[in-house]
Amino acid sequence: MKFKPLLILVVLIFALCMVPFVLPAYYVTLVLPAIAYGIALIGFNLLFGYTGLLSFGHALYIALGAYTVAIFTSRLGITSMELNILAAVLCSMVIAIPIGLLCVRYVRIFFGMLTLAFGMLFHSFLFKFYELTGGDSGIKVIRPHLFGQDLSHLDKTAYLIGPFFYYSLFLLLIFGFIMWRMVNSPLGNHLKTIRDNPRKAEYLGVKVHQFRLISFVISAMYGAVGGALLVVPVGLADPELAYWTHSGNIVFMTILGGFNHFFGPIVGAFAFIGLKDQLVTLTQYWRFALGVVLVLLVILLPGGIMGLLSKKNSPNRGGD
Amino acid sequence: MTAYLDIILSGIFHAAVLFLIAGGLQLVFGVQKIVNLACGAFYALGAYFGITMVGLAIKYGISQELLIFILLISGIVIGLIGVVIERLLRLVYDREEGFQLLLTFAIMLLLEDVIRMIWGATPKTLGNLSMVYGQITLGSISIPNYKLLVIFASVALALGLGWILQKTKFGKIVRATAENRRMSEALGVNVIWINVVIFTLGSILGTIGGALVVPTSAASLEMISEVVVEAFAVVVIGGLGSMRGALVGALIVGLMRAFAVHVYAELELLLIYLIVIAVLIFKPNGLYGKAAE
Repeated sequence: MKFKPLLILVVLIFALCMVPFVLPAYYVTLVLPAIAYGIALIGFNLLFGYTGLLSFGHALYIALGAYTVAIFTSRLGITSMELNILAAVLCSMVIAIPIGLLCVRYVRIFFGMLTLAFGMLFHSFLFKFYELTGGDSGIKVIRPHLFGQDLSHLDKTAYLIGPFFYYSLFLLLIFGFIMWRMVNSPLGNHLKTIRDNPRKAEYLGVKVHQFRLISFVISAMYGAVGGALLVVPVGLADPELAYWTHSGNIVFMTILGGFNHFFGPIVGAFAFIGLKDQLVTLTQYWRFALGVVLVLLVILLPGGIMGLLSKKNSPNRGGD
Repeated sequence: MTAYLDIILSGIFHAAVLFLIAGGLQLVFGVQKIVNLACGAFYALGAYFGITMVGLAIKYGISQELLIFILLISGIVIGLIGVVIERLLRLVYDREEGFQLLLTFAIMLLLEDVIRMIWGATPKTLGNLSMVYGQITLGSISIPNYKLLVIFASVALALGLGWILQKTKFGKIVRATAENRRMSEALGVNVIWINVVIFTLGSILGTIGGALVVPTSAASLEMISEVVVEAFAVVVIGGLGSMRGALVGALIVGLMRAFAVHVYAELELLLIYLIVIAVLIFKPNGLYGKAAE
């Protein structure tokens, strides 16, 4: 990373840290889902942008993380957020390995449809098995402890815009850094090679399926962490999290930010949440407006916001 | 025994409607190679428009006996919206599948709110207008004749489509274009025109499906995303791009659902997705799909 982008990054992180001091509480609570989606989306983009596999069932892992936190906090009484996140990661790994083993044998539209089918399978499981998952009413989430601190003396908003905000931001930085290291490591290069020419990669001795699987599982874990963070401000894990339109929104956000840039997905998450919030207050027909944005995006600006900013709107995908 | 007859019949009715939607998906995928996520929106559009048209027809004193024809015609009329939407899709024909999929997702969002603007968010029904055709009573069960008519109409449409695709010159051109777009373009086929016609035909199948189902169940905004996954299940089981596959897939999904609801309601959709996954794993091209990749 060169000096100037690094400076921009530091300034942006600093700006994010200042958000609770500058913006009204409402806007701070808007940043929370953006951070959560940010984590989920950089994971998603490892699979989509770097490996070239478009999953239309990624909401499964977000829902998995959300339900893990819900079950742990309200059913098992385990309130430590670190343990919750660890459990969410392990859970998503256990689920994603078998699913991934089946899915990575396919590419393009078949991969998309298979992941969509698995996502919907999980959705109907959540929806129908009432005793286990609470059915359509979902499971409540009890406020988790952060770093062993019982914060129940704070009221909900103070908890969310204070400790929980910095906790989420901290996780975004940690997971973002890990992902940055990963995509710039031999692993990242392998994935990009597989994306650009799987046959040639195989010819060169790259174990294509194995690397696709690794990418799939890592992206699932990131999804679960995002889901775990997403559900705490909402306070409820419900089956809609796993519905296929939610997966569609995940793809939407990633494209909005720009999938051929490392920071694109995070930018996309912030832009989407902000845009949606503004549209919802403006009109009851916000889906129409979002649809228009998406149409324009797909047709005119496939590089997303980052593609627009970084000028070099190259047709090639992948990180810089 | 009669209980099973009831299940089979409701399964076939469901399959008849599903076939129309999935058939539309298959047509469009076959020629344009786009999986149309907006097919559910067409379905809902057909349903709402059908209700409005039937309301108008009754107001102007048209006999209720003509219900099914009114619905068929209104399905065809509103399906012509496909001409406009194809214009939008045309911009991404040579782009990656991900973007094509996302554009149809956007169209779904747009149409959903168009429906909300025109008809509002509350579900609409036609009451029990379908009983105008009476019912057959067999022992302990009674079968509304309307359902039989819908099954009949769907079969007729399937046969008609089959005839067009297999026997007419237009059908040959369509199949040739689906097989090799460049080649048929080189041979002087007006591919732009074929695309418009096929996409509109696909939309019309979806809207007719919606219009026909509406006398038996309410038109709601939920039906948009719900039917998409079912239609997906059908095309995956049957094989992408195959009309015969859509027919068989629709029958499998329709009957499976009817039986699952009867035996163990929790399994309803779960079972369908399990079948979809099994098919994708063991026979990724579906029952009738051509080898891809």
